[in-house]
Amino acid sequence: MAKLVETEEETLLAEAARSLLDKSAPLTHLRQMRDSGARSDPALWQEMAAAGWAGVLIPEAAGGVDMGHAAAHVLAREMGRTLAVSPFLSTAVMAATLLRQFDDATTRAKLEKIASGGLTYAFALDETAKFAPDSIRLTAQKRGNGYTLNGKRRFVVDGCDADRILLLAESEEGPCLFDFANTATQGLQRDALEMIDSRDAADLTFDEVEVAGDALLGAAGAGYDLLKPALEAGQAALAAETVGLSQAAFDLTSSYLKERKQFGTTIGSFQALQHRAAHLWCEIELTQSAVLNAGRILDEDPKAARLAVSVAKARATDTAQKSVQEGVQMHGGIGMTDAFDMGFYMKRARVAAEWLGDYGYHAGIVAQLRGF
Amino acid sequence: MATVEDHTPPTGEDFRHEIRSWLQQNCPPEMRDGAAGEDSICWGGSTWQFTSEAQKDWLERCAARGLTVPTWPKAYGGAGFSRAQDKILKEEMQAIDARVPLQSFGIWMLGPALLKFGSEEQKQQYLPPIARGEIRWCQGYSEPGAGSDLAGVQCHAADQGDTWLVNGQKIWTSYADRADWIFALLRTDREAKKHLGISFVLIDMRSEGVSTRPIQLISGASPFCETFFDNVTVPKQQVVGTINRGWDVAKYLLTHEREMISSGGNAMGTGRALGAVLSESDTGQSDPVLRGDAMRAEVDSLAFEMTLERYKDQAEGGQGVGDASAMLKYMGTELNKQRLELVMAAEGSAALTWGETPASAWLRTKANSIEGGTSEVMLSIISRRILNLPG
Repeated sequence: MAKLVETEEETLLAEAARSLLDKSAPLTHLRQMRDSGARSDPALWQEMAAAGWAGVLIPEAAGGVDMGHAAAHVLAREMGRTLAVSPFLSTAVMAATLLRQFDDATTRAKLEKIASGGLTYAFALDETAKFAPDSIRLTAQKRGNGYTLNGKRRFVVDGCDADRILLLAESEEGPCLFDFANTATQGLQRDALEMIDSRDAADLTFDEVEVAGDALLGAAGAGYDLLKPALEAGQAALAAETVGLSQAAFDLTSSYLKERKQFGTTIGSFQALQHRAAHLWCEIELTQSAVLNAGRILDEDPKAARLAVSVAKARATDTAQKSVQEGVQMHGGIGMTDAFDMGFYMKRARVAAEWLGDYGYHAGIVAQLRGF
Repeated sequence: MATVEDHTPPTGEDFRHEIRSWLQQNCPPEMRDGAAGEDSICWGGSTWQFTSEAQKDWLERCAARGLTVPTWPKAYGGAGFSRAQDKILKEEMQAIDARVPLQSFGIWMLGPALLKFGSEEQKQQYLPPIARGEIRWCQGYSEPGAGSDLAGVQCHAADQGDTWLVNGQKIWTSYADRADWIFALLRTDREAKKHLGISFVLIDMRSEGVSTRPIQLISGASPFCETFFDNVTVPKQQVVGTINRGWDVAKYLLTHEREMISSGGNAMGTGRALGAVLSESDTGQSDPVLRGDAMRAEVDSLAFEMTLERYKDQAEGGQGVGDASAMLKYMGTELNKQRLELVMAAEGSAALTWGETPASAWLRTKANSIEGGTSEVMLSIISRRILNLPG
């Protein structure tokens, strides 16, 4: 396996990403978006697409740059640092990974559009308050050439503004994967959610919603197998984003420990705080390794990536909780204020913890794969 | 037959093939039982009793080829292997479950210190007997009054012209009762600042005035001793590096030791072990709290193993682990303690007797986060040297 060290190419990519994000999507940008009630920023996504980010996992033949998962993780991590809002995870990582399993003209056209920044996707996955992609109740009934969908999906990330929806539905022939336009449709109710992290998410209710026959991707019954690679890619990239978040929150905290004076000295000279900060740094180191490892395996042997991805997502979730909680506590009162940035990290960390499987979900997979 | 010592072999398949066939011909079948217990380790030294002819043959054959210390230069008893070649050797040994032919503090600790700080004469005198397993070394660092504050050592070496006169006590000297020589940190200047008055000195344990006393631990074992120096005369040329700059040597070795402890030198439990223990025990299946704790330990252990891998990769790329070895030491030993707690809990009352139970190993792990620098010292190193926090 390739080494668990960032390559020169990845370092350059990270630098380029940082300079784009510092200019166009610093944390103040998220704050402005929130204050103005905006939940997405199409112009920013265009800029990211122009930099090749939308096509990071799309084959060159379909207009992408095809740099692989580890590269996508570098971008996700940098976006995590500034909490940049974009459809990168749903669209450039998950939809691209899913669609590139097919080799037909229609799919290639979709991939080309994604790579150019002209097409975005949302995955409608959850039916309860917890992620459980393999136990679904939303049904697809064959009617004529098409299907009729009935059921409900919650916490659909990017669900309001994405151009298309991908979802798994249970049919007589087993789980089916559907890809259809997210436009005003008879029977489709879209409830925008006012999320704590100020991002786009929606609940979708399907009441006799008709979709055309060509909305079915791949064979009927094969839906879950087709979805799995996209879920794993998304989980790993979300872990990478969350590591970036943890690092950024930690950087804020360790700077503050060196500046803030109480009892006539900088608070970073107190051993009680030093040891907690040092422990947190250790946690972040371990999590970084887990994410690097997941990226390498997804690029080299994706069928064997399940364990590595779940270790990464579980660790990233846990580390981010610690990083933001210590972040607030060590900042004291200012950490609780909306004017300070730590709260934004805390809210995003909470949402990222739940999306695509929480700590318990992924630790359960790890235990299962490790024989207990 | 192509022989390993005739030339510096290339890496790649030719080299691997050469190693493989050498191992096939030379590793006795009895030495192919892999991760056998602590009793199967050959520590060497003048008083060593081989447990079998095979153990003796295996040591001698490896030593003749430089394979007890593969990465040391040939001139000092090694094979002159590169890191990549060493990795291939380890992989091929693992593939046939071959035992490590020789382990010792000479190999782990003194050797690297001499290679970096020793004079040419010292290297020629001390390294080959370590490689051949003839001389067993122990480490004289801690004292009753100098534990975490190691630079506070008081064991004194008085300048007598051509010799030192050594008086004082060391503690936690591993296997001092079975060692031939000791490398010790001695106070050679009581006036200087504490880090600047220490020398790194080699002492023959048979010298008049040296005595040892084993310390029995809570695990029942006695791997550590107290070592006493009562008017011991030591030739001046047995100082390694510059007089009064022994702290530089000590620091280098402490980093080395941390990497060793964290990367399995003290039997970091394997991931599979915990899963196996839990699935075999009734409690492991039915107790949701234990199961939850074990899941967490498993996730953390896997992330730790990936971190070891990442740091190794970094080191191969020329980027030393440096102060981050404190992180490996801290996290590795804390995780190991936690794992053994879980194993004890999973086995319940079946683990509460001596003998074929994890009890002794569980108790032994409690020393992991103390020896080689406590967890608290590790956190302070990270805080000061990596995070640059004040104080």
